[in-house]
Amino acid sequence: MKKAMSLVLAAAMAFSFAACGGASGTSGAASTASGTAIKIGGIGPLTGGAAIYGNAVKNGAALAVEEINAQGGLQFELNFQDDENDPEKALNAYNNLKDWGMQALLGTVTTQPCLTVAPETAADNMFLLTPSASAVDVIKEDNAFQVCFTDPNQGVASADYIAENGLATKIAIIYDSSDAYSSGIHDKFKEEAATKGLEIVADEAFTADNKTDFSVQVQKAKSSGAELVFLPIYYSEANLIIQEMNKQGCTASIFGCDGLDGLLTIEGADTSLFEGVMLLTPFAADAQDEKTQSFVSKYEEKYGETPNQFAADAYDGVYTILAACEKGGVTADMDASAVCDALKTAMTQITVDGLTGEGMKWEATGEVNKAPRAVKIQNGAYTAM
Amino acid sequence: MNMLKTMKKSTRSNLITYGIVVLFYLVMQLLASGGVLSNSMQGMLVPICTYVVLAVSLNLTVGILGELSLGHAGFMSVGAFSGAVYWMIAGQNLPSVLGLAIAMLIGGVMAGVFGFLIGIPVLRLRGDYLAIVTLAFGEIIKNILNAIYLGWDSNGFHFSMKDATALNMGEDGKVIINGAIGISGMTKASSFTAGIILVLITLFVVLNLINSRAGRAIMSIRDNRIAAEATGINVTKYKLMAFITSAFLAGMAGVLYALNMSALAAKKFDYNTSILVLVFVVLGGIGNIRGSVIAAAVLYVLPELLRGLNDYRMLIYAVILIVMMIFNQSAQVVAWRHQVWEKLSTIGLFQKLAQAKKQNKGEA
Repeated sequence: MKKAMSLVLAAAMAFSFAACGGASGTSGAASTASGTAIKIGGIGPLTGGAAIYGNAVKNGAALAVEEINAQGGLQFELNFQDDENDPEKALNAYNNLKDWGMQALLGTVTTQPCLTVAPETAADNMFLLTPSASAVDVIKEDNAFQVCFTDPNQGVASADYIAENGLATKIAIIYDSSDAYSSGIHDKFKEEAATKGLEIVADEAFTADNKTDFSVQVQKAKSSGAELVFLPIYYSEANLIIQEMNKQGCTASIFGCDGLDGLLTIEGADTSLFEGVMLLTPFAADAQDEKTQSFVSKYEEKYGETPNQFAADAYDGVYTILAACEKGGVTADMDASAVCDALKTAMTQITVDGLTGEGMKWEATGEVNKAPRAVKIQNGAYTAM
Repeated sequence: MNMLKTMKKSTRSNLITYGIVVLFYLVMQLLASGGVLSNSMQGMLVPICTYVVLAVSLNLTVGILGELSLGHAGFMSVGAFSGAVYWMIAGQNLPSVLGLAIAMLIGGVMAGVFGFLIGIPVLRLRGDYLAIVTLAFGEIIKNILNAIYLGWDSNGFHFSMKDATALNMGEDGKVIINGAIGISGMTKASSFTAGIILVLITLFVVLNLINSRAGRAIMSIRDNRIAAEATGINVTKYKLMAFITSAFLAGMAGVLYALNMSALAAKKFDYNTSILVLVFVVLGGIGNIRGSVIAAAVLYVLPELLRGLNDYRMLIYAVILIVMMIFNQSAQVVAWRHQVWEKLSTIGLFQKLAQAKKQNKGEA
């Protein structure tokens, strides 16, 4: 019986590899046959805990691609793959996109997978523009560029903003020490806070395994007499912390970074608790400029929800690739390496007016130059401060 | 052919297992040199080898020793991090084959040491304590690695649990483990060939252990501990032997895994990874080494093959797991399979008999 089973399994294995080979053959054929559209790959978490970011990026990018294709001129084709926020899966997704014939990569969405994929793209000379992976190491290679701010920048900018606007002098921090994004911002914030004369009265950490009960951290923040709680974390934990603060009657104001974006989209949460939460994000859905309004209305019409900053980053990312392609004279029949060389030089020469910033420019290091903006939640919507 | 027939049954079965691995290697190499192997498949070759080694080594603990271990990813991470730290400091400067081999050895030994430390108190106990302790071990190791900052300069190692600036390194210092970000900026060293060699070494070690005097002692403990003790078998010693071997091999697999990617973070080595490997073992058949090899390879590749189904991918994967489990293990289905098998073979037999009769008549 065992023999029979192993035979079946062996057959299944042989079949699966045969299927693999077949798939690669067809995709190779497709990449040479089409050639009218530039193939942009996307990688991000479409399932799992960080799915809201991946889906936002996917939708935002798809919207931009649709618009660009409708305009005529350069045509784009988008293929977005799931990585479950896992570096290993991201690498698989990247290889999968290479088989598809990807010419430029918009991704990855989250930091940890991007740290793994970025060196791969450098080895393959594949252009990489990440909408939202914010660690500095992500853009270490010269083929990698960011639409969002780096973690240290966010930490420094947060501290500066709090100090300059006199929001508070006694600050408590609650952060996720097991997360690269959160601890990256935390470290820089602490450094900058010291030079700006802000006093850190409580510095409490939690880890990814221990993020359902925040009563201890909130208790300490409360008893330390903090006027402001800084939350450089993602929105789902922030939701729990804010609820706990409400329960314990802690009235300190709340300040966060772009990870807090998404608070208002949590299903079933009591959004009245989020009133007055401030966050540093380059995008506010209710901004009055024409560009934002048209983006938001199109997005709402198509996907039935208000776009967050990640969708806007992705939207800008696609337009950035378009601008760079036009500048660098990239056409759809060039191979990925030639596209990368052209885009690398073009990126430092272009200026993009996007949703997440006017006059975005890029350094050769891959870092973006744009002004950070802070928004406040008022009446259940983001309002520019 | 005669040699194959006169061979011991276990030897023949083992040779088939080695044969499958070697054949897989040759086919993949042939496809790769022919340029028909997709990037996606090429990228998965080393992880396949990693998970095969992990599944086989876990099967040694779960199937042969009969103790449940839920922290295999913990041993993997100990191996991965110690091997990767060595690689960052010295291994990179050696020829890559030598550097990889030494890194694997270091990773394996470190994981083995942890296996020893855990095994000594726990394997003396009766009951499912190993499952609880390994589960805790995996989580503890992950959280510790998440908090570690390790730097290296001309004065040696600098260590901190606070943050990277607290390392106080000299000017030539570089941060090796950067807390939650882990290790980044490694040059890659793992190759498919190295992976297959590790798989063969693992199979050689495990299969020979099973068919040795020690292996029979280990299995006798699994089957009846009291009887084994009564015949004078040192239970703790043999349990430790199996458990440490399992941890050692998992550590080596961890190094192979780590050096296949340029960044390494402790987050990966969580409970889910341990369970994933356990799933490979259970679906491949507990105690069935060849089953582990095949199940690990197939189940690792499956989610990637299902990418075309987009959002339904994980759903279909889960359904396939359940169907496979029922097909392999459910008593009714097994009985039904036997019936069908018998029917088919009797039908075949009848046809043969009928044919033989016809021929006889014709001759007459």
